[in-house]
Amino acid sequence: MSETLLQVRDLKMHFPIKEAAGLGRTKKVVQAVDGVTFDLKAGASLGLVGESGCGKSTTGRMITRLLTPTSGEIVFKGTDIAQLKERELRPFRRQLQIVFQDPYSSLNPRQTVSNIISTPLRVHNLVPRGKELARVQELLERVGLNPEHHNRYPNEFSGGQRQRIGIARALAVEPEVIIADEPVSALDVSIQAQVMNLLEDLRRDLGIAFVFIAHDLGVVRHFCDEVAVMYLGKIVEQGSRDQIYNAPQHPYTQALLSAAPDLGTIRGVPPKERIRLVGDVPSPIDPPSGCRFRTRCWKAEDICATQEPLLEIKPQSSPGHTAACHFAEPKADLIAETA
Amino acid sequence: MTNPANDDAKEVQDSMVETPAGDTAAAKRGPSVATRERRQGSINPSGETPYLVVEDLAVKFPTADGMVSAVNGLSYSVPLGRTLAIVGESGSGKSVSSMAVMGLHDRKRTRITGSIRLGGDEIIGLSENDLMKIRGDAVSMVFQDPQSSLHPLYTIGNQLVEGYRVHHKVSKDVAKKRALEMLDLVGIPNPQRRFSQYPHEFSGGMRQRAMIAMSLINDPKLVIADEPTTALDVTVQAQILDLLNNLQKEFGSAIVLITHDLGVVAEMADDVLVMYAGRCVEYGTAEDVLANPRMPYTWGLLESIPTVSSANEKLRPIKGLPPSLLNLPDGCSFNPRCPYKDRVKGELCTTQLPDLLPVDGAGAHTSRCHLRDKASIYEAEVAPRLG
Repeated sequence: MSETLLQVRDLKMHFPIKEAAGLGRTKKVVQAVDGVTFDLKAGASLGLVGESGCGKSTTGRMITRLLTPTSGEIVFKGTDIAQLKERELRPFRRQLQIVFQDPYSSLNPRQTVSNIISTPLRVHNLVPRGKELARVQELLERVGLNPEHHNRYPNEFSGGQRQRIGIARALAVEPEVIIADEPVSALDVSIQAQVMNLLEDLRRDLGIAFVFIAHDLGVVRHFCDEVAVMYLGKIVEQGSRDQIYNAPQHPYTQALLSAAPDLGTIRGVPPKERIRLVGDVPSPIDPPSGCRFRTRCWKAEDICATQEPLLEIKPQSSPGHTAACHFAEPKADLIAETA
Repeated sequence: MTNPANDDAKEVQDSMVETPAGDTAAAKRGPSVATRERRQGSINPSGETPYLVVEDLAVKFPTADGMVSAVNGLSYSVPLGRTLAIVGESGSGKSVSSMAVMGLHDRKRTRITGSIRLGGDEIIGLSENDLMKIRGDAVSMVFQDPQSSLHPLYTIGNQLVEGYRVHHKVSKDVAKKRALEMLDLVGIPNPQRRFSQYPHEFSGGMRQRAMIAMSLINDPKLVIADEPTTALDVTVQAQILDLLNNLQKEFGSAIVLITHDLGVVAEMADDVLVMYAGRCVEYGTAEDVLANPRMPYTWGLLESIPTVSSANEKLRPIKGLPPSLLNLPDGCSFNPRCPYKDRVKGELCTTQLPDLLPVDGAGAHTSRCHLRDKASIYEAEVAPRLG
């Protein structure tokens, strides 16, 4: 648990957009991710939470180098892979795998399951030709599918089973880190729990470290020991699971926790305090000055517009718990029973 | 549940049962089980007189692989001012049954039997013209995905005005005034400017607000909300749920909320109906179903949700997959996934479909399960695991 596998430093992804304006062209960028920093230890699991458009998936795609970052470092076991060329990157691709959200669009419908899972084996020359099928069947069994079904096509499987195929594909190359990008949000609740348990087994048995990207706070709390909350391309608060869920400091984290529908009240748990945000997330093309959350924040004052708060340990918070807010203060009793 | 209130409701319903469509449907399937279930289904858990009454509804589609029974023997009722949540996994028939209430199924390709009554008037069998008069007026719908349910080439204002003028003979100016009023009511800032904008200029949450404005513009008595917040972020979801709750207080409509999220159910619902493989498996007030559930499938759903106390334990998912509607298992549809079926004597679970019966011998909380000591199993085994 102690060795740091992955260090992400000030990672940025700015997507240029073309927009004709008058005579010339003004160059605008979408600041999808704007300075994200975190560490991932071997065998740990870090949750990235936030609403759509906050940059959590983009961060995951940069770490797996499906996107090349605009700037910043991604140090994997001592090597910065942020700007590596495709050829140099290949050995690292084996170490860093991704499981996608949508089990329907992430599997090629015209390939058999066996083909889908054995492609990475071939690409990385991991198994001699004749032994591929045995390895595929072993992987299918590992993720809880019938090994006899290796000849079937993705459309013959349900959503949950497809997600298992996606997981088997990621496992094929024996990665050290898996980026799980909303791996259960497309699944029904009873199936979701099955896949969550599978991921947990893999983490425990194989010691794989996870970056778990999700918007469902309950799922993240269940799976992650460390949580980073993102808003408009930046991490606004980070800490251990207990720190984030029991003593959230940043107003946005507090609002997010309090917005989760509460199943507890109906069983007689007293209702939690409600924080309701107004409005929507501003555009990442032209984010607010200073603190990006200030337009929806009930604590905002003048300083929030002029000075950007740094992600730092606050005097009142426990070690390792950082928040980016001028007026951070812990607030307990916000979490719903199911958040 | 007070007894006198219940008796009142029963009387009202019994007189309603005499509609022709209800009778033919019952006659076709033989009276015994149908009549018994119908009676139970039409007792509203609140004891109030319902506005929407659905009785013994069945929806079947012909497919290449045979006839699919998407909904079977479904009965429920919703009084004005009350919210019924229909819960279930994908394919359980929750959307299909509500589309039948709106008369949205292709009548050439769908067989609908049973009875759906709005304020006492039968809907099944109405002509397309008559349905058009009801849709958007007495009954309206809020869809899951506001992106695809708003017309991209018409301004929001245009769509609101059209919706109003279809049912009211008024000038465009009057309709516009009403539309602006509605936009304001659902919390869209600057309605004047928003009125002439197109859906793509709205964010997801704003679009859903516009959708709600549109569905409420004719002051409907019944609103069907099909996963209204599933496509939204959690902070926006909270806003929309608050909005729906407040608007219901103001307009006093009956709401049928279709969702798979039990958290949303707990926040919104007065009554809850759990569906599995096209059938109702548990029905009662929200408190009954969520705090004292009496059906292993409902237990499984509740246990599948990660909670505060489960953070360091494994989740307890329901094993297996929902059955194919083309090939339902014999007996109880849930039996292949049910961990409690060996506690039922003999082979009842695998041979005989349980009836939807009151959990305590009487009353409005019903469940479809052969287990005898559901209450003690829940208290002793399930409840402690829920934390």
